[in-house]
Amino acid sequence: MLSFVAQRVVKGVIVLLAIVVLNFFLIRLAPGDPAIVMAGEAGASDQVFVKQLREKFGLDKPLPEQLFIYVKGVATLDLGFSFRQQAPVAKLIGERLPATLLLTLTAFAISLTLGILFGTFAARFAGTFLDTGITIFALIFYAMPIFWVALMGILLFSVTMDWLPSFGYETVGANLTGLAHAVDVAKHLIMPAMTLGLFFMATYTRMTRASMLEVKRLDFVKTARAKGLSDAVIQRRHVLRNALLPVVTLAGVHSGTLIGGAVITETVFAWPGIGRLMYDALLQRDYNLLLGVFVICSAMVLIFNLITDLVYRLVDPRIEYAT
Amino acid sequence: MPKRVLLGLLLACGLTAPALAQEPKTGGVINAVIQPEPPGLMLAQVQNGPTQMVSGNIFEGLLRYSPKLEPLPELAESWSVSEDAKIYTFKLKKGVTWHDGKPFTAADVLFSMEMLKQTHARARTNLAQVDKIETPDDYTVVFTLKQPFGPFLGIFEVGSMPMVPKHLYEGTDWKTNPYNNAPVGTGPFMFKEWQKGSFIRLVKNPNYHEKGKPYLDEIYWQIIPDAAARSVAYETGKVDVLPGGSVENFDVPRLSKLKDTCVTGAGWEFFSPLSWLWLNNRQGPLADKRVRQAVMYAIDRDFAKDVIWNGLGKVATGPSASTIKYYTDDVKKYPYDPAKAKALLKEAGYKGEKIRLLPLAYGETWQRWGEAVKQNLQDVGMTIETIATDVAGGNQKIGDWDYDIAFTYLYQYGDPALGVGRNYISSNIAKGQVFNNVEGYSNPEIDKLFADGATATPDSKRKEIYDKAQKILVEDVPVAWMLELQFPTITRCKVKNLITTGIGVNDGFKDAWLDK
Repeated sequence: MLSFVAQRVVKGVIVLLAIVVLNFFLIRLAPGDPAIVMAGEAGASDQVFVKQLREKFGLDKPLPEQLFIYVKGVATLDLGFSFRQQAPVAKLIGERLPATLLLTLTAFAISLTLGILFGTFAARFAGTFLDTGITIFALIFYAMPIFWVALMGILLFSVTMDWLPSFGYETVGANLTGLAHAVDVAKHLIMPAMTLGLFFMATYTRMTRASMLEVKRLDFVKTARAKGLSDAVIQRRHVLRNALLPVVTLAGVHSGTLIGGAVITETVFAWPGIGRLMYDALLQRDYNLLLGVFVICSAMVLIFNLITDLVYRLVDPRIEYAT
Repeated sequence: MPKRVLLGLLLACGLTAPALAQEPKTGGVINAVIQPEPPGLMLAQVQNGPTQMVSGNIFEGLLRYSPKLEPLPELAESWSVSEDAKIYTFKLKKGVTWHDGKPFTAADVLFSMEMLKQTHARARTNLAQVDKIETPDDYTVVFTLKQPFGPFLGIFEVGSMPMVPKHLYEGTDWKTNPYNNAPVGTGPFMFKEWQKGSFIRLVKNPNYHEKGKPYLDEIYWQIIPDAAARSVAYETGKVDVLPGGSVENFDVPRLSKLKDTCVTGAGWEFFSPLSWLWLNNRQGPLADKRVRQAVMYAIDRDFAKDVIWNGLGKVATGPSASTIKYYTDDVKKYPYDPAKAKALLKEAGYKGEKIRLLPLAYGETWQRWGEAVKQNLQDVGMTIETIATDVAGGNQKIGDWDYDIAFTYLYQYGDPALGVGRNYISSNIAKGQVFNNVEGYSNPEIDKLFADGATATPDSKRKEIYDKAQKILVEDVPVAWMLELQFPTITRCKVKNLITTGIGVNDGFKDAWLDK
């Protein structure tokens, strides 16, 4: 197992490097640069000012040299300096990463738990009203754009019912500590996490249902039934466990999409995570910060995928690490 | 008639008496929205709008400006100008301290000028007029100009010329100085905390140099990136102040009707944001003056004001906003007249060549305005193609002169020498730059008028020069002026005295108090 993990880590580093190089050029293909953006924001744009900014950011150097400097930095775990925010990129990301992890992991847990639960019920009661109800429920959340669900959630639960806060990570100025603080953060987390989670929940529900119905028809289930095992045991130990493999695959693939969804969710709910940091950096052409966020997000996706592969083995011991 | 005047006066006194009698109350916390999140709070180094809005509470300038743009004392308690209008002497207020307790003196002013010349593009341009700065004693600063410069007294507000603590910055790397993240100023509020992506917290400066002020204990600037979410935050009572531009314009009428809500358009007199369409004078149909004039006649600017901007603002008459000095409306008029526009296009020989329109990517209001203008221009027979881009991409295209028509709005800073001339003089044509003369208009007479206008004395002479410049420009239509914009500030009515100067919410909350 150790050699498998080591192999994957080495591959991961190569992929990460390719991502850095590719994104480095992709970002620079977009029109506009940080000097122009900052000159615009300052309401002044004389040639000296823009030239000064370009020199300060190293944008006056040839592109290959800029790439070399950046890659050298990343190799020594230095993600560079944010042009616009005048602070080290690692610090800026470090300040925001915990909030994003809290949001995405909670949403991930919600989507996976509810998705598998609803999917199992739908498969178990296939063709009944319950199955149809679950399918419709799942499709509604799958079909609605995240920002729309978010706004409707705010309208219903914040404006009309006044149950949940409409924005932010905590109650500003309340200075809460300990358990009271945790409860406060949880209250703020419910809407963004549910919004993000329900979208993915829909996919897992459909996938679990389809996969379980597939497995149910296989011979070994018949054998299990012939052995006299109870229905609950068959469903849990034989059907669900085998049906979970495609769900796990999908969950691994979703780790990247989840971060994409977080960009929208964090913006609507003013959640102080890296999704928003990425969005702002993109609009402001803050190259280093944007690349930094990409590196971290890519690393997260690679780690998630590694975990997925390890979970595979747990779910189905027949799969070997070497494959 | 005199009786009526007297009655009016009495009524006015009677009506305002209770307001005058209302004594400010001390204490309380204000929650305000800041959008977008400022990149930094060190005003001498970062000059975007949100930075000034927050840091206008932390830092101060030598002067402030009334809504009529008259200078008011801030860190300078008095000033005098020599007869030849070349020497300006400022007497600094005594007993002013930085937030760390060190005294504020003339040495800080001198040091600030040195820093600003390198880090603040607008200050550098303004200070180019200065020959030397002397500090004969700790509380006197003397600026000697190379030549008279009409708007000189208008360049000392906090955003244009913030004072920096010499003892914390001298001999350090300004870019990485730790005080950039925990700024120290002389202002009414002190920096306390910044939770990135969430809020910025300022607390009362107990040693503020104006006794009894500020009245508020704390200000929380809440960072909410989505416009709809900002409206909801106000509706649900989480914030009390929505500074101008915080919410989409179509939300303003709805929010204004909420209980205990007050709305004002005041506080933009110094900036006087004026919107216009850059018209590329260099190439294609727009190189012809008649086509540019046709654009002016073709656009229904009253519709834009009444529908898109909900009746806020004013139709512009030319290159100067009506709120800045030396404005005149004695210029050629361009009412909405599609027939005249069509006739001019025909006369110019326009044959339906494609014209690229670049809207401003500042949100829904601007998007809608772009669509309305496109429709207006199509109605008179122009072929318009809208180019979709974000702010950075748009700026790049404008700077590279790769456009035909492009939306913009710019601040005018109270005086044509500071905020108007820059867009029309030919020495400001430089590829790769934005917000200068990107339309490529070149007229030696205009160049001379703006050069003379900046240095002429007395005031009457300046007025004469700028009147003439406005007449010529409005005839030539180098750009198509749209509206004098007004960004309404929405507050709970219990928030009093929030806006007292022509700089508005950008001037700090030192006069504001809560009527609890």
